[in-house]
Amino acid sequence: MDDARRSFLLNTGKFIVLTGAASLAWEYVVQGAPADAPNYTATDHWWGMLIDIDKCIGCGNCVRACKAENDVLNEPGAFRTWVERYQVDPDDPEHPVVDSPNGGYDGFPPPARAIEGAKVFFVPKMCNHCAHSPCVQVCPVGATFESPDGVVLVDKTRCLGCRYCVQACPYGCRYIDPRTHTVDKCSLCYHRITKGLTTACCEACPTGARQLFDLKNPKDPVHEFLRTHRVHVLKPQLATGAKAFYNGLDGAVR
Amino acid sequence: MANRFGHYTHIVRMAGLFAAGLIVFLFIRWALIPADFGVYGFYRAGALDDARARPASYVGESTCLDCHGQIGDERQGSKHAQVHCEACHGPLARHASGDFEVKPRALNPRTLCLTCHTAMPGKPKDFPQIDPADHGGDGACTECHKPHHPTID
Repeated sequence: MDDARRSFLLNTGKFIVLTGAASLAWEYVVQGAPADAPNYTATDHWWGMLIDIDKCIGCGNCVRACKAENDVLNEPGAFRTWVERYQVDPDDPEHPVVDSPNGGYDGFPPPARAIEGAKVFFVPKMCNHCAHSPCVQVCPVGATFESPDGVVLVDKTRCLGCRYCVQACPYGCRYIDPRTHTVDKCSLCYHRITKGLTTACCEACPTGARQLFDLKNPKDPVHEFLRTHRVHVLKPQLATGAKAFYNGLDGAVR
Repeated sequence: MANRFGHYTHIVRMAGLFAAGLIVFLFIRWALIPADFGVYGFYRAGALDDARARPASYVGESTCLDCHGQIGDERQGSKHAQVHCEACHGPLARHASGDFEVKPRALNPRTLCLTCHTAMPGKPKDFPQIDPADHGGDGACTECHKPHHPTID
């Protein structure tokens, strides 16, 4: 088939087949040309994540998807999101036994230290995208910041690798990438959510335990959910303005 | 020359030193701080575009269904209706952008299905779970269950 005909068919096919918002964004998503993407006004959004503990089955799909999407090093300690397994002895709720073999990347084998009669549940963890982030406050060079749409991002061209933010994060969400010696963390798939897609972890979660939400979007179903469910954040006493909302959060979770 | 400023010579020297220091400081500051730093806050405004520039590897279910709509119809009302395509088939952005050399990965039902459906404490009670040792023998799950509509009629 000659080139002109081939490209004509390809383009026409794409034009007919790809419809809706996804096709609008799609070319730009693949090419990584943000300047040309359809308009996105950061101040019209306020992103966060709803995590439903009752739905999490500990399959580790989110961990694998995150690493694939964001080129996260596949070694222990390098996680943008990970899953923890809590075993809580009903008679001793203050001392839960927590394990997270390889961050849940390979799923969960039976617990190495099983507690008789304990309640067991999985807790997916990630950056809480705090509105008043401790990590942002300690960065000396402005390499990490809260974006106008409520996402805590890292500017790798400015990061010195001083690790202040790694210590400041109360949720342990940051690590140093040994390849670049700069800090890395969940970006809430900023390259996806600004183009109308959901995050990679939400895309891969088979049970819908994770849901991206936009608090500034009045049509987002999260508003109804937050009104009718008992939802909490991690470590509320720190007043970080965390935006990872947990439904069914057990008090034993740290 | 030395007496042009009379008794104020020492002050003029100090002032000259300060001025030179200030110029050096301003030059270093100008050289190190990007022009778009501080537009929105204490960070580089261009960092937002940098974060957006990353290409995606997961394309999203709606794009899959644009071409593979019949699979979506098959899943209607099934227990897997809410499971997104790429949760099992893997990231397929390159496939969806026209590079059909990139195919969905081959799926081994015995490992893939059991990733979710192996019985384990901690999974929700109403989530379908099996003990692989006494369910289905050594056969592939797909011999009985259709992956896109797993309930056996």
